Amino acid sequence: MDRRSLLAGALATGFSMKAMAQAQQPVPIKIGVLNDRSGLYADLTGEGSVVAARLAVEDFGAAAKGLQVQIVSADHQNKPDVGANIARQWYDNDAVDVIADVPTSSVALAVNQITREKNRILLNSGAATSDLTGPQCSPNTVHWTYDTYALAQSTGGAMVRAGGDTWFFMTADYAFGHALERDTAAVVQKAGGRVLGAVRTPFPGTDFSSFLLQAQASKAKVIGLANAGGDTINSIKQAAEFGITQAGQKLAGLLIFITDVHALGLQTAQGLVLTESFYWDLNDGTRAWSKRFAALRGGNMPTMVQAGVYSAVLHYLKAAAATKSREAAGNMAWMKANATEDPLFGTGSIRPDGRKMHPVFLFEVKKPADSKGPWDYYKQISTLSAEQAFRPVGEGNCPLVRA
Amino acid sequence: MFELLGVPPQALFGQLLLGLINGSFYAILSLGLAVIFGLLNIINFTHGAQYMMGAFVAWMLLNWLGLGYWWALVLAPIIAGVTGVVIERLFLARLYHLDHLYGLLLTFGLGLIIEGLFRNQFGSSGLPYQIPAELRGGQNLGFMFMPNYRGWVVVASVVVCLATWFIIEKTKLGSYLRAATENPALTEAFGINVPLLITLTYGFGVGLAAFAGVLAAPIYSVNPTMGANIIIVVFAVVVIGGMGSILGAIVTGFGLGIIEGLTKVFYPEASATVIFIIMAIVLLVKPAGLFGRTA
Repeated sequence: MDRRSLLAGALATGFSMKAMAQAQQPVPIKIGVLNDRSGLYADLTGEGSVVAARLAVEDFGAAAKGLQVQIVSADHQNKPDVGANIARQWYDNDAVDVIADVPTSSVALAVNQITREKNRILLNSGAATSDLTGPQCSPNTVHWTYDTYALAQSTGGAMVRAGGDTWFFMTADYAFGHALERDTAAVVQKAGGRVLGAVRTPFPGTDFSSFLLQAQASKAKVIGLANAGGDTINSIKQAAEFGITQAGQKLAGLLIFITDVHALGLQTAQGLVLTESFYWDLNDGTRAWSKRFAALRGGNMPTMVQAGVYSAVLHYLKAAAATKSREAAGNMAWMKANATEDPLFGTGSIRPDGRKMHPVFLFEVKKPADSKGPWDYYKQISTLSAEQAFRPVGEGNCPLVRA
Repeated sequence: MFELLGVPPQALFGQLLLGLINGSFYAILSLGLAVIFGLLNIINFTHGAQYMMGAFVAWMLLNWLGLGYWWALVLAPIIAGVTGVVIERLFLARLYHLDHLYGLLLTFGLGLIIEGLFRNQFGSSGLPYQIPAELRGGQNLGFMFMPNYRGWVVVASVVVCLATWFIIEKTKLGSYLRAATENPALTEAFGINVPLLITLTYGFGVGLAAFAGVLAAPIYSVNPTMGANIIIVVFAVVVIGGMGSILGAIVTGFGLGIIEGLTKVFYPEASATVIFIIMAIVLLVKPAGLFGRTA
């Protein structure tokens, strides 16, 4: 071997070692969990969503697959301006690649806009407004867990089929409440029912008795609660107090989380019909994961929002590991092209408009006597397939699919 | 059907009654604030947290010690009152010679700390608390179904408000208190233990807040943010009634509850702001409040 070939060999080895080193350099990924950590949605999103995101990183084995994942979190206090500022700060200064969760529709819509401007990714689990995959859909957003359309289809549809053909809405006066009222009214009218009226309640509220009396005076068979969290809890409690449910009117809690049922107690919540896309006691996979989650959360079982954060982050990490990049467009393309698979939601997919597709379940809250222990709250009534539950892709006025 | 201002009179009476019920909470809470401000010159921003504590103590008594609602109604104000005494001795007593603002900031901070502690411990969605068996059900008044429990709330708060007013305005103890506020040095010269009187007054004010909290527990879920939600409204009530005026606090408490209730019928979106609009108008016309004395 002459000197020249030795030198060439040495150089080649050097190059290939450098290339290998580059390949092995982990891709740094920063995930920001942005939600309500102190207000009325803190239990159903909050720290629990951060725990869920961490579990996703752990279960994926991100480090072994060449990803160096960091999770940050912040409190948007359910205020769109606060949420928008944090999102900007994260994208501009803190190199955050993905924002996850973002409950409260008004905040989510603001963050949706900024994420698009900055070309990053929003994995929305907590917010409900179906506008996120409708007129305001974005190539950078996936709407993961549920939406107002699915809630309306499932709970609204079931109530109308059960004979509740006249409705009065109590609507939280912001983006979410308006979207939920709109989508449910459409379902009711399509099924031949009538909407007799609606009242817009300040958000957040504590005393709903005045509005309940107005709903009672309307003589509607169903009072639709287009609100969430503490507002729903107080509405249901006060409806029982004023004898509204005993007098024959039915309450349709259009968005009730398991933490709300926990706060109400089965005594008050029994018989409520509600829609969720995840329940901890669905199957062995959900039970195993939920027990790990509960161990980290002082015994509290996960909500569907927290489960959605886990599932969304897991799918994103798969994309980032496959593309070996932080780049938004490539990762979104991978996420939409590949089926989702996790123990909580099973197999699913993401549509071009950003809608994550999976089945949705209709539950009834158990009577205290039927509950075998803490958090044993739901009896499954029916399952809606993803296609039945979510709005058909062509009907949402999403510019991405019209084009 | 005959309608009054576009609303059936039955519905209107129902709303008036509901307003009165909500006003009961405003009245007890603003009364506590007025007592503390009138006699200690402390703008007690911890009041909301102390109201919330009352509800939580009721829950703890039931779930940890098996003591029901009626025990809670007596014990929770005492327990909260004792924490009030500790706060007064430990913190507030050091601030009396300073400007009001220091007391306001300190109590505001304390309120946030207490709220945060409860939220960490119990979460944000609240805990269930049932209406006591004796007060379940309700009466059909013709124009509305009146839950027995809400009726009881009105009765209890009217009694408590009148008793407090009576003690402060008509008894010897009340006259000592008022003297201690006007001229502490002179009152002390008469052999009255003014610091003790002030400490007990603060404890009493806190007890009133906790009492309202126990009353609220079965209606609203027992929730760490329940105090923060109501305290701003109650401060507006106190400002409208006149800072420190006992009668003003009671009358405006009930009155504003009714106005708020009516707003919920005619323009529900504004029902969260109507009290502040009234506050702005009152401050323009009568800066010392409706029942306040101009210094």
